Amino acid sequence: MISRRVLITGISTYWGGRLAQALERDPAIETVIGVDSRDPTRELERTEFVRVGTQHALLRRVVLAAEIDTVVDTRLVVDSTTASASEAHENNVIGTMNILAACSGPGSTVRKFVLKSSAHYYGTAQDDPAFFTETMHRPHPPRTAIERDIVEAEASIADFADKNPAVCVALLRFANVLGPDVRTAHTRLFSLPAVPMILGFDPRYQFVHEDDVVAALEHLTRNDLPGIFNVGGDGVLALSEVAGLLGKPYVPVLLPWATGIAASVARRLGLDIPPENLGQLRFGRGLDNRKLKATGFRYRYTTRESVVKLREHMRLHPIVRGVQEPYRYEREVEEFLRWSPNVRDPAYRAEPRLNSGQLVELQKAMSAAPAGRGRPPSKSPVEHYDDLTAAEIGSLVGSLERDDLEELRGYEEGARARSTVIRAIDRALERASSVGR
Amino acid sequence: MATEERRRSSLRVEDPAREDFGDPADSELAARRAGDMRPFLPGIEPERRLNDWGRSERIEGAFDRTLYEWFYRYWFRCEVEGVENVPAEGGALLVSNHSGALPPDAPMIGKAIREEHSHPRPLNITVEHFFKGYPGFSMLIPKLGCVAAHPDNVQRLLYDEGQLVLVFPEGRKGSEKLYKNRYKLRRFGRGGFVEAAMRAQVPIVPVCVVGAEEAAPVFAQVGLAKRLTGLIYFPITPTFPHLGALGMLGYLPAKFKIRFLEPIEFDSEGMHEDKSLVQTVAHEVRARIQENLFEMVRTRKSVWFGW
Repeated sequence: MISRRVLITGISTYWGGRLAQALERDPAIETVIGVDSRDPTRELERTEFVRVGTQHALLRRVVLAAEIDTVVDTRLVVDSTTASASEAHENNVIGTMNILAACSGPGSTVRKFVLKSSAHYYGTAQDDPAFFTETMHRPHPPRTAIERDIVEAEASIADFADKNPAVCVALLRFANVLGPDVRTAHTRLFSLPAVPMILGFDPRYQFVHEDDVVAALEHLTRNDLPGIFNVGGDGVLALSEVAGLLGKPYVPVLLPWATGIAASVARRLGLDIPPENLGQLRFGRGLDNRKLKATGFRYRYTTRESVVKLREHMRLHPIVRGVQEPYRYEREVEEFLRWSPNVRDPAYRAEPRLNSGQLVELQKAMSAAPAGRGRPPSKSPVEHYDDLTAAEIGSLVGSLERDDLEELRGYEEGARARSTVIRAIDRALERASSVGR
Repeated sequence: MATEERRRSSLRVEDPAREDFGDPADSELAARRAGDMRPFLPGIEPERRLNDWGRSERIEGAFDRTLYEWFYRYWFRCEVEGVENVPAEGGALLVSNHSGALPPDAPMIGKAIREEHSHPRPLNITVEHFFKGYPGFSMLIPKLGCVAAHPDNVQRLLYDEGQLVLVFPEGRKGSEKLYKNRYKLRRFGRGGFVEAAMRAQVPIVPVCVVGAEEAAPVFAQVGLAKRLTGLIYFPITPTFPHLGALGMLGYLPAKFKIRFLEPIEFDSEGMHEDKSLVQTVAHEVRARIQENLFEMVRTRKSVWFGW
């Protein structure tokens, strides 16, 4: 199944925004709708933002009204420093439940569901295998709130997949993410002057670069690949190796005993190591990423390269800080730019572009429709017409035949109705008719 | 119906062979159809000093040149027989008897393969999960080529990576046994090692080590001290605990002999599902090692000077 109408939940998370930006560029995707309870944080062109409550209770109406065929859920909180425990629970457990409810039931148009989950599903324990494959389960029940939430959210997804066999359900478990743009507990840990460790432990760590996260979500959105996939860069590094790559000392700030208490004291002092990462600092975790690679996905960065990229960013960051202005979402401005007939410069308005298959369908629908109402022709006689500026069109119309000009005029009236362009076409028409006489 | 069945089970059962793939290169496609993920193993990054298991050639090399070298050549004066039974390439599961408080047998077997074999290869030593959770050990043990004895780890090493793996089916029951029980093999677990070799379709090479029992004789086990220190056992040896933690290395200069027996091959698929076959093979391996141990001890003239 080819996804055409995509709904992204959690559009205001870093991942939702990045994925929407990636999908927007593809003309085969008709519609991208993003929902979230907060304003988007990434600049979006043709993605439509709809604000919903954290519980996503009204989502079903959006899904049905827009005939969504693919839902990508990027909303799961997998880092307890980014939200309070109750917010995370509300979002991860109740939110997932409501989103799944919105996608199931009779009459649902949803055919694909992609969930971004986390390798925290596997937890960390002494008797873990060195590389988790997708079929493995965590050996012990979860002990931290975030892990409990993730396990619960995944359970409801598995239940959804069982009850909706016609829906292609894909679940991605991501390793810890590193990258210049994303803020996670680990990027914060590594931006300290020294890399903290637990005395006597050198855990194995696997990371995935932020670009690979977006690429993996896109890969699963574009292809029909039901099942669970681990996403982590090639290579598992020891924490001492990571510290070496970052060029930082490796300091035992935590003792092997009473680590939880020490970490909560450190949290008061500003060194925030979330409880779900304490286990990783002790035992580490590795993922077997081969199943996703076997589907044709190629990672751009290995774990080592992700760390090196982060180091480069951290060295450059103090110099270029503040150069890029952060994006601010202002609803009225976005709506004016998208829908107002007064916006004339096409550079400011991103319109949905149709691919050839959709055009054929549209033309069929139009020829079948009663000819009375003058709907504008959907296709312009000039290729890449939408990309041309008014001046370029003006110089181009002189070379066109009379019939083409008439068609073009109709198209322009229906599409953008730029007066300069219409006048230019009219002049060319006059000239063409005088020559014809 | 078939696709519906597949989707229904899609989140529970992983079977890449049944999935429908797009347009990849032919060899990759064949591998996917067969469910063989070996072509997708991560590549080796030459800039790295550690491998994905946490093994450090640098640290291992440093141990190998100093401590191991000295023990192997001068202290235990290791004698090696049948090292050609270890395959020169591909995976193989080495199965050995186990003894000594801080067992010297594992590094000596690894050293023997590095020193005597025509194709020296690294040996992965499986150890208890305990070591991953104990401060200090957790840091050092993986660097020296030790891997937690998890069936999935063994499968990945043997089948996917085609490496040598050493297991001690007796586990800690072997290394905690008292001096009076020397060279009497304990129960060989539940035959998990045979299952691992059959699943990966690699040969089992039984290994017998004589001398380790006398090098680190255990006279008693102290239950209370074990609980207080959190160790897996707390033995009384000639040098431990009264000489402190380094007393663990206070081995007596017993003469070592390491004998590699003929490999046992498994060539057909799905043998590991036959539990009775697994048990039969496990008993057979144990019997061969026991028989050779008794034979080696019987012909030994002196504990310290050997044969």
